[in-house]
Amino acid sequence: MLELKELYKTFNPGTINAKTALGGLSLTLRDGDFVTVIGGNGAGKSTMLNATAGTFFVDSGKVAIDGTDVTNLPEHKRAAFIGRVFQDPMMGTAPSMQIEENLALAARRGQKRGLAWGVTKAEKERYRKLLGDLGLGLESRLTTKVSTLSGGQRQALTLLMATLKRPKLLLLDEHTAALDPKTAAKVMELTDRIVREGQLTTLMITHNMRDAIQYGNRLIMLHEGRIILDITGEEKEQLTVPDLLEQFTKASGDEFANDRAILS
Amino acid sequence: MSFLSSLMNALPGAAAQGLAWGIMAIGVYITFRILDVADLTVDGSLATGGAVCVMLIRGGVNPWLALLCAMLAGMLAGLVTGLFHTRCGIPAILAGILTQLALYSINLRIMDSKANQALSVDKYPLLLSQRYVRELSLNNPLPLLLIFTAAVIAALYWFFGTEKGSSLRATGANPNMARAQGINTNSNIVLGLMLSNGLVALSGALLAQYQGSSDINMGRGAIVIGLAAVIIGEVIFGKVFANFGLKLFAVSIGAIIYYIVLQVVLQLGLNTNDLKLITALIVAVFLAIPYWKSKMFRHTAQAKKGGSKNA
Repeated sequence: MLELKELYKTFNPGTINAKTALGGLSLTLRDGDFVTVIGGNGAGKSTMLNATAGTFFVDSGKVAIDGTDVTNLPEHKRAAFIGRVFQDPMMGTAPSMQIEENLALAARRGQKRGLAWGVTKAEKERYRKLLGDLGLGLESRLTTKVSTLSGGQRQALTLLMATLKRPKLLLLDEHTAALDPKTAAKVMELTDRIVREGQLTTLMITHNMRDAIQYGNRLIMLHEGRIILDITGEEKEQLTVPDLLEQFTKASGDEFANDRAILS
Repeated sequence: MSFLSSLMNALPGAAAQGLAWGIMAIGVYITFRILDVADLTVDGSLATGGAVCVMLIRGGVNPWLALLCAMLAGMLAGLVTGLFHTRCGIPAILAGILTQLALYSINLRIMDSKANQALSVDKYPLLLSQRYVRELSLNNPLPLLLIFTAAVIAALYWFFGTEKGSSLRATGANPNMARAQGINTNSNIVLGLMLSNGLVALSGALLAQYQGSSDINMGRGAIVIGLAAVIIGEVIFGKVFANFGLKLFAVSIGAIIYYIVLQVVLQLGLNTNDLKLITALIVAVFLAIPYWKSKMFRHTAQAKKGGSKNA
């Protein structure tokens, strides 16, 4: 479903601030894979996701989604394949627009936008039902501006928007990190449900080691822009947090313990 | 008493000017409030609209067609700014300034190298003229200006409700989100700038017919007058008008109020030369108020936090 091949990306090349964020990263996802991504700060996790989504172009390498080479496609064109939820709850929605308008925008992801009315009646009914399923009481607030929602509500809404039109690939960039623990757990459960029900191919970055182990069928660990650990299936189910830390130290020769990852 | 009567005398003229400038201010609203871009092209494109309209009518073209051509010329100016910004990576403000400067030369060329071109209502079948503004007749420019304003608001209300229009609003509200939803934010910015400058040029064309001439300097400070109208409209009607159409209507009323206030201060004996200074100061204060408010709020919030810690 997703193929990343030998991706290289250096930010600020040729300057004193040059930073190699991706150092020949390769990754192949099969249809329906739910992969959790962990790694220290600056390991290249977000860079990998953004390179996939097309926020910037890579220096070299290839990105293919469902057999289509998208390496040279701009972000808004790749969006036809990709649903995204960001770490910052402010980033995934248009705050000055209504809930139903945000959903209607998302429902047309990858489609040509013409002069038909922006939100149809039939759509509103559908949104009311879908929002009801979230259990956040948003179904009665379709015309409320998103700016009045809490961070958790926004992330749940963004998640719904990202999957409203079934994406070939769902990218979650620490989408629960900015939420309080209780809300984070709720959004995480919701994520798991949506991914399972839609059998969505998913890449999820997380700083929460327990989440990384608990969710998904595959876990990868990044270090210095490369994948240093790739655990799937039964082996992943046996995994514990201390295991993971030990594996990391072994694979990278680095102390992971200083990172905030150990705290969660 | 004479003050009041002369003010009453000046009111229809102020209303007509306000309505014509209101269409320009609605154009500014599109870029400044919806797209979140400060577009300085308008100082040039307003004069372009006037110049194109006047020269075409002088050349024997139907005034309606002249209005349409003026609008298209304005859209072209918006296109140039848009391409400077999105294709050449020039910051939006600078892109607008560049186009505005270039338009000064272009406008002079359109106006046959004259800074001023007259368009007499006696010689040409103009749609509206200042001369009849206090007359109770079909020639009065006010009904036509009202119809234009209503048509512009209705058309924009429709457009920004469509899929394309919604994507334009999203582009201004959160470009990251817009791109993630597959919206080409660059082409939307260009489209918004074209739409805006088309309206600005239309306003310029109406103004030129109204005052019976086009002038190379007629657009000087237009952006500030546009902002003033937007801000006055928001200050007065911001709390009551939630509907998008009404918000545009508030901009138009803002422009009318601006011109009425202008008449009042002129009647009070203010020097005309100081008008631009006063307008600039008023707009600066109103733009600063939200910032000051947010700073004050932060201070009090911090004070509260500190207080609870000490308790």
